[in-house]
Amino acid sequence: MSDLLLSPEKRYANIIEQRRNEDGSELSILNLGPTHPATHGIFQNILLMDGERIVDGEGTVGYIHRAFEKIAENRPFYQITVLTDRMNYCSAPINNMGWWMTLEKALGVEVPKRVQYLRVIIMELARIADHIICNSVLGVDTGALTGFLYVFQFREKIYEIYEEICGARLTTNMGRIGGFEREWSPAVWEKLNKFLEEFPPIWQEFENLLTRNRIFMDRTINVGAISADKAISYGFTGPNLRAAGVDYDVRIMQPYSSYEDFDFNIPVGKSGDTYDRFCVRNQEVWESLSIIKQALAKMPEGPYHADVPDYYLPPKDDVYTTMESLIWHFKIVMGEVPVPLTEVYHPVEGGNGELGFYLITDGSRTPYRLHFRRPCFIYYQAFNDMVKGQMLSDAIATLSSLNVIAGELDA
Amino acid sequence: MALETSVIQNKLIENFGLKVSDFVQIHDIFTFEVTPEAIVEVMQFLKDDATLRFNFLTDVCGIHYPDYEVSRQFAVVYHMHNWVDNVRIRIKCYLNAENPEIDTVSNLFLSANWQERETYDFFGIIFKGHPQLKRILNMDEMTSFPMRKEFPLEDGGRTDKDDRFFGRTTQNC
Amino acid sequence: MSDSPKYNTVAAPEGYAGEGFFATKLSDVVGLARANSLWPLPFATSCCGIEFMATMASHYDVARFGSERMSFSPRQADMLLVMGTIAKKMAPILREVYEQMSEPKWVIAVGACASSGGVFDTYSVLQGIDKVIPVDVYVPGCPPRPEQILDGIMKLQEIVKNESVRRRSSDEYNDLLGSYNIK
Repeated sequence: MSDLLLSPEKRYANIIEQRRNEDGSELSILNLGPTHPATHGIFQNILLMDGERIVDGEGTVGYIHRAFEKIAENRPFYQITVLTDRMNYCSAPINNMGWWMTLEKALGVEVPKRVQYLRVIIMELARIADHIICNSVLGVDTGALTGFLYVFQFREKIYEIYEEICGARLTTNMGRIGGFEREWSPAVWEKLNKFLEEFPPIWQEFENLLTRNRIFMDRTINVGAISADKAISYGFTGPNLRAAGVDYDVRIMQPYSSYEDFDFNIPVGKSGDTYDRFCVRNQEVWESLSIIKQALAKMPEGPYHADVPDYYLPPKDDVYTTMESLIWHFKIVMGEVPVPLTEVYHPVEGGNGELGFYLITDGSRTPYRLHFRRPCFIYYQAFNDMVKGQMLSDAIATLSSLNVIAGELDA
Repeated sequence: MALETSVIQNKLIENFGLKVSDFVQIHDIFTFEVTPEAIVEVMQFLKDDATLRFNFLTDVCGIHYPDYEVSRQFAVVYHMHNWVDNVRIRIKCYLNAENPEIDTVSNLFLSANWQERETYDFFGIIFKGHPQLKRILNMDEMTSFPMRKEFPLEDGGRTDKDDRFFGRTTQNC
Repeated sequence: MSDSPKYNTVAAPEGYAGEGFFATKLSDVVGLARANSLWPLPFATSCCGIEFMATMASHYDVARFGSERMSFSPRQADMLLVMGTIAKKMAPILREVYEQMSEPKWVIAVGACASSGGVFDTYSVLQGIDKVIPVDVYVPGCPPRPEQILDGIMKLQEIVKNESVRRRSSDEYNDLLGSYNIK
């Protein structure tokens, strides 16, 4: 029990000594990270190695701890989207929308159907961008740089759509309470339609490059597998859990933003290994594309924001000309809006799983407490369990297929 | 909803009596309080009972209420989820500020391990029986617990920003 | 390459050219060579690292500026690109990586966090990497666009081109490192 509190080096030194005396075997300690290029982010793993095989390991996190939750307690509500952007920066719009929906739940704001559909489009685009990164980087880690360079072109296209909507590429800070800050311009629709046309054949090619590729299959099948029971106990959600064969998806279980209007499948894997995680993500991209198409086809007419003058900034023209609007503008920007005393938990299906926002308000301009349920943080603790007994190079592939985002991991 | 909240409430009261209290529905989540001593058995019951089946521990986090009475200044909040009936519950345990201690649930759910470490790191809440209760996000050398309300957000030793130019001095911030 | 209608090559430095010879200053030639083959060491910690991935991928292609080869070993790198928040827990590691790099070495702080701590004015974040290592170029933005990162690299190329070959053994340089307690 207590020796777990020792630093891993000290603990492993004892084990190495003991094993040497018992059977003469030579174990060694390998420090992987925190700046190792293959770890895509900064997490340190101190591994106990028997040759190239991993005997045991301990992860150290917190190398990019930025105190999101502490900052959130000191910032007015609308400034917190900026923090959510920087949490899972591969799919920032999902985080943004999740945060606005949490706030809307707390404030009791109803959003128009059209806003919900627009949100679905942007969230699914973000999911595609997220999965593009994860899967193409998994290709890089197993020795196939081609796919990465190829599909990254299309991530740029998604970023261009974001830019048209909100002006930013990566950390989007998109939306407001009750909707969007402005109507989507015609360029958005144009780019979106172009993307929907051009991307599928490319993604198909990318899939063809890897899914039946002998080298890729040998490198990923039965690597870093986790059983469904264990995955549930470790708090897995999202694609990593679905790869183990559990069809849990927040979009189905607790539909938000009108996900119940769309017809889509939840792809599941079987063995929970790296290959299954790859395939589930691939398949999810197809489902996301289908959801976007359905949303476009069914897009209702209506305003791009809810009619909530208490929380939604008045039009700029009015702010310049009428006093009431100016006062409201000032009040909203200063965060002096009425907030009921309540607590809410709102989950959304993020790129990596259930992203939850647990908000407690005390009626003041800042949250009393805001806790983020960060899926990466919760499932990364299973990593050492998953790679035990595997080769070192398999650990890299496993880590990359888990898609651990350092910003989300370390809060 | 197949599993009514009244069923959850009755079952818990039947089995644990006064150890569970303050049942209330907040938005979409049924919330109640458990005395810290009973958290492991309550959670075990919620997980294993044939009708309740709360199979998933969604989240563990801490809260600090410095304005409350001493015996209730810290809270540990657990969110559990029943995937079969799709019901969520929230469990709160209030702890004494002088000795914030609670039993670990990391034996029931492996996911609690790091979340409890995080809670310890932020609030200094001791999880008894936890296999590896040490700091996780902050540096090992740190002595204070940063998410407690009295801990300042900004680094006191910083030199790059002059408070006078930000409209805040030690008196008014 | 040859059938491409236009491509740029680096202009030759000032000097005397004649039949079969070209005479110029050694420092110019060294500067030219150094500036156009800066091997980057990406020290990516967060969001800016993702933008750097875009910079390095096909669309923006940092290889156009002679930074084709990502050097993941600090010992063979010239340019340390620090991208993302550096927490206090990370600071000693950053410093160690910097110390492991061999001279000449340059540092670019990419993004608001690396330059000044950015929006994270908190107890756990280092308020700018220039608290622990000397920085040559700062790139603002949260995160900066790939064009901005490229601009930062080009700014650094200017610095490198005009750097005296003796700078690294000068007293000023040693004093600078001394002020950071390096070496």
